[in-house]
Amino acid sequence: MGYLTSISAYIIPCFILIVLLVATYKKLPSYELFVEGGKEGIQMAFSLLPFLLGMIVSISILRSSGALEAFIELITPFLVWFGIPPEILPLALIRPISGTAALGMTTELTQHYGPDSFIGRLAATMQGSTDTTLYILTIYFGAVGIQKMRYALKVGLLADIVGISASIIIVKLVFG
Amino acid sequence: MVNLIWALMAIIGIVYALFNGTMEDVNKALFESANEAVTLSIGLISILVFWLGIMKIAQEAGILTILAKIFRPIIYRLFPEIPKDHPAIGYIVSNITANLFGLGNAATPMGLKAMEEMKKLSDSPVASRSMITFLALNTSGLTLIPTTVIAIRMQYNSLAPTEIVGTTIIVSFIATLSAILFDRLFYHTSKDKEGS
Repeated sequence: MGYLTSISAYIIPCFILIVLLVATYKKLPSYELFVEGGKEGIQMAFSLLPFLLGMIVSISILRSSGALEAFIELITPFLVWFGIPPEILPLALIRPISGTAALGMTTELTQHYGPDSFIGRLAATMQGSTDTTLYILTIYFGAVGIQKMRYALKVGLLADIVGISASIIIVKLVFG
Repeated sequence: MVNLIWALMAIIGIVYALFNGTMEDVNKALFESANEAVTLSIGLISILVFWLGIMKIAQEAGILTILAKIFRPIIYRLFPEIPKDHPAIGYIVSNITANLFGLGNAATPMGLKAMEEMKKLSDSPVASRSMITFLALNTSGLTLIPTTVIAIRMQYNSLAPTEIVGTTIIVSFIATLSAILFDRLFYHTSKDKEGS
């Protein structure tokens, strides 16, 4: 299945190629349009900075204090009882909260247990199959100035619980 | 709810540090992470400028409309509040397609444009139904090719770096389906509450 990874490398350049070919064929001022669209990007990045900063700082306080680790240790016995490997728990808890932290943990677990171990495969599936709910809600709502998220967070976190449980079950079924 | 979670994470962290002597770590992390957030936002500028530039050309060239036409039936069912032929549809489709191929960098700018278009429709600081559905799809992370994960596995000499593609697709499909169901459920319960 190695071709799957090489496909991803072709998608973006090919998409750009198609866009530019069509624009040139239709005699559109492509460079001017690019600049016009790009200008919006600067504004967007700045408008979401405070949202991102606030969230990242709060998460880092929780992590650096050691409270998150203590909580994980506390509930480990319950998880073992349910058949959930405790090694995966930090990743499962951090996945919806911080994307960079989750990626770091996935890398660490892959390195420590080996990519072809049960934990390695589980970490990869968990990392790949769900996205960072808090980060996505923060930047998407932040960029357009939405203050009331209503039930968006509930939906995101519940789906994360389903995704994390499903990855444990599916990886157990497929790789045993 | 976000306000509560945000404040609680910091409160729990600081109180825990008070009793466990990790205050120095917290203090250090506080400023380091603030710095990290600025770097991250500045780093986003390059991706945002590039992709919003390309997407502007794509939009003018009518490519977004073509994409939107292909996925029209599904999108209309998921987003009943967005009028047909509205530009939001094109951006939503491009965002979902980019996510499917694990192109997070390309997906974010398109997603932000989609949000902007939906904001124009609702014109209010409160999240609209379509926005929540859209973010439910994004947070559940519908993926076909988890590029980053495959790269990590290759880096650590996996015998079959892509063997997790199958499990990832199944799991992300389950998560996305449940996200859509939860979204529908909460939409209807919140509507009932507002009605009574």
